[in-house]
Amino acid sequence: MSYHINDNGYYGDFGGAFIPEMLHPNIEKLRQNYLQIMSDSEFQKEFKQLLRDYVGRPSPLYYASRLSKKYNTKIYLKREDLNHTGAHKINNTVGQILLAQRLGKTRIIAETGAGQHGVATATVCALMGIECIIYMGEIDIKRQAPNVARMKMLGAKVIPAMSGSRTLKDATNEAMRDWINNPLDTHYIVGSVVGPHPYPDMVARFQSIVSEEIQWQLKDQEGTTKPDYVIACVGGGSNAAGAFYHYLEDTSVQLIAVEAAGKGIHSGESAATSILGKEGIIHGSKTLLMQTKDGQITEPYSISAGLDYPGVGPMHAHLYKSGRAEFMSITDDEAMKAGLALSQLEGIIPAIETSHSLAIFDHKKFKNDDIIVINLSGRGDKDLQNYIDYFKL
Amino acid sequence: MNRIKQQLLTDKKLLSIYFTAGYPNLEDTVSIIKSLERHGVDMIEIGMPFSDPLADGPTIQDSSTKALQNGMTTEILFEQLQAIRQSVSIPLIIMGYFNPILQYGVEAFCEKCQNIGIDGLIIPDLPMDIYESDYRQIFEAHGLINVFLITPQTSEERIQYIDANSKGFIYMVSSASTTGVQVGFGDEQTSYFKRIADMNLNNPQIVGFGISNNMTFKQATNQAKGAIIGSAFVKHLTTEGIDSIDKFINTILGECH
Repeated sequence: MSYHINDNGYYGDFGGAFIPEMLHPNIEKLRQNYLQIMSDSEFQKEFKQLLRDYVGRPSPLYYASRLSKKYNTKIYLKREDLNHTGAHKINNTVGQILLAQRLGKTRIIAETGAGQHGVATATVCALMGIECIIYMGEIDIKRQAPNVARMKMLGAKVIPAMSGSRTLKDATNEAMRDWINNPLDTHYIVGSVVGPHPYPDMVARFQSIVSEEIQWQLKDQEGTTKPDYVIACVGGGSNAAGAFYHYLEDTSVQLIAVEAAGKGIHSGESAATSILGKEGIIHGSKTLLMQTKDGQITEPYSISAGLDYPGVGPMHAHLYKSGRAEFMSITDDEAMKAGLALSQLEGIIPAIETSHSLAIFDHKKFKNDDIIVINLSGRGDKDLQNYIDYFKL
Repeated sequence: MNRIKQQLLTDKKLLSIYFTAGYPNLEDTVSIIKSLERHGVDMIEIGMPFSDPLADGPTIQDSSTKALQNGMTTEILFEQLQAIRQSVSIPLIIMGYFNPILQYGVEAFCEKCQNIGIDGLIIPDLPMDIYESDYRQIFEAHGLINVFLITPQTSEERIQYIDANSKGFIYMVSSASTTGVQVGFGDEQTSYFKRIADMNLNNPQIVGFGISNNMTFKQATNQAKGAIIGSAFVKHLTTEGIDSIDKFINTILGECH
């Protein structure tokens, strides 16, 4: 069984491009050109150079000795939190802005939930001098004021999504509507491994730099390119896709995807899509999503704004259904405690999204010689207010 | 013969009206359909509300949100339509997004449509290639015509492909937009209408998006077989309610009514 995309744009049963005809020309143009553009040597040269000089790659693979000692195993942290703008999101936006330029596009749109992808998009648009419009749910705009200010300071226009539940899924709808209304000059930088083919594959490829680096960094430190486990949190799933990418076909490396259980899987306030979701269509892709019996998409909940997406990318739906990856879910409380623990054990304040992956050690036992890599997908600066409120700091 | 095909054979320009089922009130569906037929509408698109209607603008989104709040479901819609053929004879098309149909079960959905007397479906996020490979047989076994869209950006090659695989009419989107966005037609639309007319397609075209009055109806149907009105009608329902549908239809059809 393959875990990569097939020629028709599917991972197993999942993926495809369920799009209105109005989006067909743009999606088709992207589909026909993305692999060719990405494999072009000039493109690769420019991409790699920006990742090095602008983003600050490679990000360190850090052996967390005190954390390892606590759980009696060997834990490495892939430090995506040290990237420019504070998360893995910028790997993808750098790639897509270069691609957009080669497609002759002069206007960029993007959706954002917590604001990390919005900031990463506004950043590369400023870098290239390209007009940038970010759609963000009206509710998220209120919850994430610092990131809204960052986007504005970077020159982006932030448009509130007022429809539906006024959060990430509605921001995504609005971005797609914008693209329908502006088909010629605009490129849509999707922020995760979601949406119609070729987005899931394209974003996974841009994020695959994460596991590419893990391979040689681990070789330097442990003498092997292969950890026993790779662990990452999953909302839409882009950081997990990047961390898993080069290990997908090697089943000796176990993959663990960590979802947000919110206030408990069956509390009615959760984002554990693999457990609560059913197969269906969201944002142009066949995948697992949270929905009513009648097929209406429901609103998920997590304390972490980056994990409360009602679907997962089609790659992850396939990893779940095929059993290639183990899916675990972590509650708000468990994640917050794990975030505090990492801060005080290692001097690293993680994003709350990432804190979910750090919390699995209380649920799953590892051997003392297991090599575990956790993708530390983002830093906690943006979540400070949440941590303050939660711990009454 | 399928009612859509029969209607397309008449020599008049067709007026098709879209409304969102369950809006303004849950129980308005049947009254709206009857009233539209009584006042001279030639075909009706019954919108199944969806939480995330990607191809629609604010008017239809809002009506969908309200309809869902009112409690509309696929099952309730089918119950409301159960006896519709005892009183309504014009073609009825269900327009909805694919996920609710998928959850109902495509086969079960088509069977239900056939039993009720639905003539066709418009599913904006079910593209032709996926329809061809996975669903055509099921739709056709239940006598349903699936209608596809073209836009000003659709390539000539793809228009030919869509025409070759369409069985009723082609839904011709008048401009690059979501529903209810633009007002009136300019030179761009006029030349697009002419370009499509000159292709002499097998399937007649019905123009949608941007039609809201007698002038735009006439412009749209100058070369095309008919026109579809959605957002403007939903707006009328919002402001005037369901008792003055005749007033709306008269403003569209004008003196030729």
